[in-house]
Amino acid sequence: MRSVEMTVNGERRRGVVEARMTLADFLREQCALTGTHLGCEHGVCGACTVLLEGEAVRACLMFAVQADGGEVTTIEGLGGPDGALSPVQDAFRAEHGLQCGFCTPGFVVSVTALLRENPQPSEADIREALSGNLCRCTGYQGIVRAVQRAAGTAQ
Amino acid sequence: MSTSTAGRFVGQSVKRREDPRLLTGHGRYVDDVMLPGMLHCAFVRSDVARGRIVRVDTDAARKLDGVVAVLTADDLNHHAGNMQPTMMMTTPGAPLRPLADGDVRFVGEPIVLIVAESRYIAEDGAELVEVEIDGDRAVVDMERALDIDAPIVHPELGTNLAAEMAFPVAPELEALLQDGNVVRRTFRQHRHTPVPMETRGIVVAYEPAAGTVNAWMSTQNPHEAKHTISRMLGVPSHLVRVQAHDVGGGFGQKFFTPREELVVALAARRLGRTLKWIEDRRENLIASNHARADIADCAFALDADGRLLGTYIDHVEDAGSFPVGATGGPGALVGLLFTGPYKCPLASLRTRAVWTNTCGRGAYRGPWMFETVAREQMVDAAAREIGMDPLEWRRRNVVPTAELPYTLPTGLPLDLVSPAETLEQAVEIIGYEAFRAEQQRAFTEDGRLLGVGLGLYVEPSTGMMDPMGTETAVVRVDPSGQVTVALGTGSHGQGIETTMAQVVAEELGIDFDEVTVVQGDSAVTAYGRGTGGSGTAVIAGNSCRNACAIVRAKAIGIAAHLMEAAPGDLEIVDAQIAVRGTPTRSIAWSEVAHIAHLETARLPEGMEAGLEATATFKAPPFSWSNACHACTVEVDRATGVVSILRYVVSEDCGVMINPMIVEGQVAGGVAQGIGGTLYEHFVYDDDGNPLTTTFMDYLLPTATEVPNIEYGHVETPSPTPGGHKGMGEGGAIGSPPAIFNAVADALALAGASIDRTPLSPDAILQALG
Repeated sequence: MRSVEMTVNGERRRGVVEARMTLADFLREQCALTGTHLGCEHGVCGACTVLLEGEAVRACLMFAVQADGGEVTTIEGLGGPDGALSPVQDAFRAEHGLQCGFCTPGFVVSVTALLRENPQPSEADIREALSGNLCRCTGYQGIVRAVQRAAGTAQ
Repeated sequence: MSTSTAGRFVGQSVKRREDPRLLTGHGRYVDDVMLPGMLHCAFVRSDVARGRIVRVDTDAARKLDGVVAVLTADDLNHHAGNMQPTMMMTTPGAPLRPLADGDVRFVGEPIVLIVAESRYIAEDGAELVEVEIDGDRAVVDMERALDIDAPIVHPELGTNLAAEMAFPVAPELEALLQDGNVVRRTFRQHRHTPVPMETRGIVVAYEPAAGTVNAWMSTQNPHEAKHTISRMLGVPSHLVRVQAHDVGGGFGQKFFTPREELVVALAARRLGRTLKWIEDRRENLIASNHARADIADCAFALDADGRLLGTYIDHVEDAGSFPVGATGGPGALVGLLFTGPYKCPLASLRTRAVWTNTCGRGAYRGPWMFETVAREQMVDAAAREIGMDPLEWRRRNVVPTAELPYTLPTGLPLDLVSPAETLEQAVEIIGYEAFRAEQQRAFTEDGRLLGVGLGLYVEPSTGMMDPMGTETAVVRVDPSGQVTVALGTGSHGQGIETTMAQVVAEELGIDFDEVTVVQGDSAVTAYGRGTGGSGTAVIAGNSCRNACAIVRAKAIGIAAHLMEAAPGDLEIVDAQIAVRGTPTRSIAWSEVAHIAHLETARLPEGMEAGLEATATFKAPPFSWSNACHACTVEVDRATGVVSILRYVVSEDCGVMINPMIVEGQVAGGVAQGIGGTLYEHFVYDDDGNPLTTTFMDYLLPTATEVPNIEYGHVETPSPTPGGHKGMGEGGAIGSPPAIFNAVADALALAGASIDRTPLSPDAILQALG
């Protein structure tokens, strides 16, 4: 067992974990932040995407011990206080960028990272950037529109 | 026909009620349920498709620190009740069993259940179980299942023929098929699987002192789950409660209650503990349910002008080993609906389902959709063979609106549909004629292969199967005038908390924000059919309307009494009950609600206190919806890659409750059709070993593969009070043949043809020679 300590959504979190515990399981089970979802547990679907030091990473492919001392932002850390939606979250709602909602946290985190890096992405940029996240409900229609809306590049 | 019937809320693209919690990580899916004392489960599964279990050694697993129980068929199976879906208790089907007992029948069949203190330890325990299986030749290819020397999948049944239905062939049709102008083709559709992003799962607590079972499940159908668990465990149904909070997609896979969930519930009952099982992705791919594996020999008899005189379809579906609630049923619809939206005097059919040593077939968005696939692909093949444009063929053969109602040759009555209008709207939006010119230019000048394809269909949504045609709504007004609606549905992405609130707010004349919808919980809702089969708008929507009518009449009765007005003169507008035309004479909705509960002496003489109603709606057998899909593609001759250039859907689902949600449902179905036609393929080797067990091998379409979808809407109201029609499945029905036809159209330029999916680069290159 190893002790880990990291900042999650601005709060210090400590835990004692097996070396093999994934970051996703640490966040879900030990931090009770269940917004990080597990869709494949082999790094393809992107539902577990979180920000580590501001970079989008797959929480299913990392061990909690690898994030020791780091700063993690999960879907729960993106909105404002009192449940206010972030611009990306609000755009997803306005453009019907989600249906069942299971893949949504991963998309919202990925898009948040994308727009920090490239605030004015073209549609091709958006589709390329989203190709690491799988959605089974929306056909990506509302998701692409939501990114354009959040970026202020909607047609 | 295209007139808008939008109301204050119905017909508006109201933003979804569900979204804020889902967008901020505060949804509650089954894996988010964590209870005190909860233990975790993992299955040991067969890695052999067919064989005798020689030895199961669980000693090492039992000794592992943290493992609480190791359960085999000997421990569980004799405690199990009937596992069949409620509506199919008497339908012949596979010999369902909790854990494999004596033999195994597909790779992935569960043999042992490990219960441990954590998921990690449960999986460690599973790895320590030694299973020795004496493997035997398996039936993997559905086309060999009925061979005389084929091994028998289920020895108890003695045959691999799971179901068969045939219509007699009328002598006139027989003569046409023998001597007429007949086009024949055989089409094959490959195996794929629904793949909800949330896998299956259950958390289930048995409380021995109370004798109760509480289950949280990823299910489309909480009442069905409650009743199946009740039978399986031998616990009376009123002591079983099933809740589904948020459900991460289902597409049919979570409509009936599958084997693993029942095994875990039975284990919880036997152990008296709280258990959690969350399926992993490999399990979901190999052992949840598969779909779409079909083959059909088709024949069209045509007159000299290309008009359809008669059809025959001989269809076989692969039922796999242990199908959940599906054996042979979809196949019957494939035959019955084969002529679809086209005029045709004569038709006959045979449909069969066969057992194979593969994962069982189950529902997947439009389970019978091979009728549209086979028919629409036949249309293009027939048109090409007689030298007619497929659009012209459809124009000549589609049932004109003026000739409705029209009785299909199989006896089904078709009415209140608009296939001819959606056909014209779709080809207008996509610019069919202009594309034909561009296609020729691109081919003759540059040698490029462009193609256009259409998929036209009618869908007999709602009511055809009696147990799936009824829903009950409870509309409850509290003393402050706020409304709670309770429905037995199981929303899994459709936005039912939003759409049904729109209906109720519209019907009661109050604000959308005053209405909350409670659903997905068997204990607080009346028995319901669940969410599936494109049924919610028509069936739940109209049950809400019926309950609202009772509530509204009572509220108006109270107001009329208080205002000394005639009830017939009153209306509810913006939460005020007012004399029609004299809005100053009014009483607030909230005041009426208050009086109904708390000042009952002011109610009319003899009126019961309270303000709520329970009402049921029974759907008519058919609320036909229809659509036309049109797409254009380019086939890369060098790589075999198919790119979709444009995609258009013209649909008619009657009166839309929320156009944004309608278009979202269509888009999702189309994306699944694109995936299913071009990328997704569940592959077994000859011995029945699955080869596509991760998302690296089973390829889902991403944002780079699904184009922007363009929509057209035609509105032909259904004969039900709201005028809605089912539309959840249609996107996945019309898209596969539209894409196939577009690719076939492109390949025809090069003199190549195709007769099966998936349209992988390899398959395209092979076709191009």
